[in-house]
Amino acid sequence: MNVEPKDGGAPTPRFNGLAVFAGLSVTAAIGVAIGANVMFERSLGTPVVRQASQVAAAPPAGTASAVPTAQAAPALTWAAIIPAVFTPPPESAMPGGDYGKVIRLGEQVFMQTGKYAGRYVGNDLNCASCHLDAGRKPDSAPMWASFIHYPAFRSKTGKVDTLASRIQGCFQFSMNGKAPPQDDEIITALQTYAFWLAKGAPVGTPLPGSGYPKLKKPTQAPDFVRGEKVYAQNCALCHGADGLGQRAGDHQVFPPLWGPRSFNWGAGMHQLGNAAGFIQANMPLGKGGTLSEQDAWDVALFMNSHERPQDPRFLGTVEATRKKYHDDPSDSMYGSTVDGHVLGAQ
Amino acid sequence: MSAREWRAALLLAWVASAAPALAQPPSAAQGQQIAAQGTPQGVAACIGCHGAQGEGNAAFPRLAGTGQAYLQAQLDAFADGSRRNPIMQPFAQKLSGTERIALAMYYSQLKAPFMPADTASPTPDDAGAWLATRGRWADQLPACAQCHAPGGSGVGTQFPPLAGLPVAYLVEQLQAWKAGTRPPGPLGLMPAVARKLSDKDIDAVAAYYADSAARTAAPAADTQRKGQQP
Repeated sequence: MNVEPKDGGAPTPRFNGLAVFAGLSVTAAIGVAIGANVMFERSLGTPVVRQASQVAAAPPAGTASAVPTAQAAPALTWAAIIPAVFTPPPESAMPGGDYGKVIRLGEQVFMQTGKYAGRYVGNDLNCASCHLDAGRKPDSAPMWASFIHYPAFRSKTGKVDTLASRIQGCFQFSMNGKAPPQDDEIITALQTYAFWLAKGAPVGTPLPGSGYPKLKKPTQAPDFVRGEKVYAQNCALCHGADGLGQRAGDHQVFPPLWGPRSFNWGAGMHQLGNAAGFIQANMPLGKGGTLSEQDAWDVALFMNSHERPQDPRFLGTVEATRKKYHDDPSDSMYGSTVDGHVLGAQ
Repeated sequence: MSAREWRAALLLAWVASAAPALAQPPSAAQGQQIAAQGTPQGVAACIGCHGAQGEGNAAFPRLAGTGQAYLQAQLDAFADGSRRNPIMQPFAQKLSGTERIALAMYYSQLKAPFMPADTASPTPDDAGAWLATRGRWADQLPACAQCHAPGGSGVGTQFPPLAGLPVAYLVEQLQAWKAGTRPPGPLGLMPAVARKLSDKDIDAVAAYYADSAARTAAPAADTQRKGQQP
């Protein structure tokens, strides 16, 4: 197995200090996750965001530096400092009437995107494939976090995106389809659903569980061969040895992770940081948090070292597209050579 | 051909004639024969309890259209005693490895008695339907349908159908995983799920899948009649 970084070697340090941190943060922000982890990391620092969502499950080990008084009374201190993970309203509280109908349509589009928004979808994924629990689950780019985050500047588009234009991006990249017009009923329904989920959430305030967790840089550089083993042991059961997922009749039950029916090279999930964070927190389904962070990085690299639909912003050559949109070998495999194949060259 | 080669060929021919089961690879046809007639070693015909087309019968689970890898793993587990059941263990122990594979092949290839559909719009007050279609992610509990397909029709070779299984059977399996008395299966997924379910949850979700035949578009009886045609 031969995986060459596209720069032909280890990435050369082009920045220093804060610039590197900010650069990495911005890169990780681009993409599938509607919620914006990174903005929060800029203001709060990674450890707080990451650990806050785990407070309920685990004692805050190793957090003493972030919270000086933790040793005295860790549970109390943490409860006081870190807001509990936001809880969207229960399904039973969904309003009825004409307004409720639009919320429900948004939820249906979210769960069965091909069925309810088929004209804008070009693959076999649903919104809920990556935004688990119908867009409710913390650390899975929940929709309540997206709603209160936008409008926001995104380096991916170089402009301030509204929630509507952000969702358009999901259709274009993650769903490998085409963007619905901003006033399309699909966009309206998804925004209405997100608005309802965000009821009571503080607008513009970073919330724990937003976006995907940003993992620490791996101890060892992510590795294809190690990732292949992690995949065979933990992922292939559902997603198949070929990564194409599994169907039951008309239903795509396990989503394809690569290949022609998966997300394209412009989607945020093709970025190693996003994929590793999502995987570590959520995979295997129902056993999130069981893979080590190193395993998550390795298997994220393995997953994203396979061919997938072209970046719709393709500039004619892989090289040019890579240079403009994917010029970070530590986060994107686009344009890298794996087993003699240049990823993105189809 | 040298004398030595002749001897080898004769030996092979003798082995093949004396022990066809050893010489032949397992086949669905062999499985069908065991299913219909049992074996000389004292294994009863499967159809006696599981129905003529593996559609299940009363308390006995349906086998038709269940993934081969799953069925084979269950027969192997009954045979080695890791999955306990007073009826199935003695039969599985009397089956050879080849025969177990043949049975798994045969039943996996039979048409499912019906294709179930999920409740169109489950509401949270329907506990069984909600767990089945949405799970309970506050406890990191995925929906059943996320692995067993919408309606519990089963997926691929490892994720068995749930639709139309007897309620008592479903309850017993979930309780066994919860108690750790049924082998964990791939990735230990089911014990992890079952441990998050209360007794009430288990009863509700079992009832949901046991009743799912009623929600299907094609009536089960019709499909079974078709299935019985030669």
